[in-house]
Amino acid sequence: MKIRGVLLVMLGVAMLLDAGCKRQAGTGESFFPASNQVAGWATTGEIRTFEAADLWKYIDGDAERYLKAGVRRVSTADYKFQNKIDATVDIYNMGNAEGADTIFRAEPTVDGKSIQLGDAARLHNQSLVFRKGRFLVRIVAFEESAETEQALLQLGHGVELRLAR
Amino acid sequence: MNSRRGANRRDFLKQCLTGAAVLGASGRMGLLAAAEEGAALAKSKVVIAHDPMLRGTGTTVDSRRMLSLLDRAMQALFDRDNPIESWKKLVRPGDTVGLKVNALGGRGLSSNVQLVEAICERLQETGIKASDIVVWDRDSDEMEHVGFHVATGGNRVQCFGTDRVDYEQELAMYGSVGSRLSKILTQRCKVLINVPVLKDHDGAGVTIALKNMYGVIHNPNKYHPNGCNPYIADLNMMREIRSKMRLTICDATTACFEGGPGYKPEYSWKDNALLVSQDPVALDYTGWQVIERKRAEKGLKTLEGDKRTPNYITTAADAQHRLGTNDPRRIAVVEV
Repeated sequence: MKIRGVLLVMLGVAMLLDAGCKRQAGTGESFFPASNQVAGWATTGEIRTFEAADLWKYIDGDAERYLKAGVRRVSTADYKFQNKIDATVDIYNMGNAEGADTIFRAEPTVDGKSIQLGDAARLHNQSLVFRKGRFLVRIVAFEESAETEQALLQLGHGVELRLAR
Repeated sequence: MNSRRGANRRDFLKQCLTGAAVLGASGRMGLLAAAEEGAALAKSKVVIAHDPMLRGTGTTVDSRRMLSLLDRAMQALFDRDNPIESWKKLVRPGDTVGLKVNALGGRGLSSNVQLVEAICERLQETGIKASDIVVWDRDSDEMEHVGFHVATGGNRVQCFGTDRVDYEQELAMYGSVGSRLSKILTQRCKVLINVPVLKDHDGAGVTIALKNMYGVIHNPNKYHPNGCNPYIADLNMMREIRSKMRLTICDATTACFEGGPGYKPEYSWKDNALLVSQDPVALDYTGWQVIERKRAEKGLKTLEGDKRTPNYITTAADAQHRLGTNDPRRIAVVEV
């Protein structure tokens, strides 16, 4: 009976691990700011995490270059700014700083500007990409407005603070 | 709805048989010579329909203008004055019609919901029952995330992902590809209409019509080596796909010239256009040239210079596949 119980527990754990995308109810110790920890920004869904082997389920077609650069996993969460701007935050754990830099440098700078955030950062009208240590962070907004850039920057700082802990 | 709302095509059609040569041959031949040669050899028509005011003064696509844009594209493709007459060339009452959308790019770069609604409206006006239309992709959650409302049962347009019905147990095979096909394709569709998005693709170079069929199988992640070549061409050779595919309506309302297939606003542009063709190879070739022009405008290398030439398009046109033509002299690009 005892062995059967252990086997059942092991089976349960295996099934949990097999779920390609994991969802977290709360932010816990995650790097994602909770609602209003960054002024005006509120989370609008669960955090989803995809391990390297399942990255294609999130970014099929784009996954290969992350895998080559050593990605371990990506976590993603949706946000809304003052009920006006929707955004998605992706935090890639690239395993080491070199991996994060590989992805960051591979992306051409088109109409973007370098800013002081993390180890290196680029800000565009509707997106912010930065790396810090082994992490690569991409924040994409779905609406363009006069406030978008500044709001993205504030959210980026909020994420960076948590990565630094 | 008044199906004759669209203006007479003579009012807006601008035949542009030189289009393929202009887009693809980069001035290698004179316009006049290209026009003559194109006229003589034209086999596959690709319509590019634009509406600079598709979003009015805002950022959201206007549903009425989208319907009008679709009508223009379809009438130009089938050379008809009436949009319903165009759709009658494709489907008939009793057909079950699948619209294979692309929701993988997430919000911002997935098949436009207003476009899909417009297609469904015209299909129903052609006599297709709402419940015989299924809008689908691989995953229902992904579809919901980009604005589609999952719906099953009842007398309404069906909308769901393969996750709801699973893939066939048996492997379908052709050449280098062995995959389980979505039961939506095998069991729910007699006619397939492909509704991809015009995108750059990190591995394949571009992802437009042919590559969108990766969303039909259970193991697309296995087929990305070597720029997805010959996998994309082989996949499109599968009987269930090839025999059902009637039309591609490529969404270029927002398109992507770099960093695809996911949405990166810095590498996207609002092209406010549709590309429509019955030849998926010709459409992919033409869409590739549109992306190249945008890359040049932005100061980026060509895809060849970036070692990402979409060679699978050539393979799809070769003697073993014959899925269509990639020869610009045999493509008539019509801009309306």
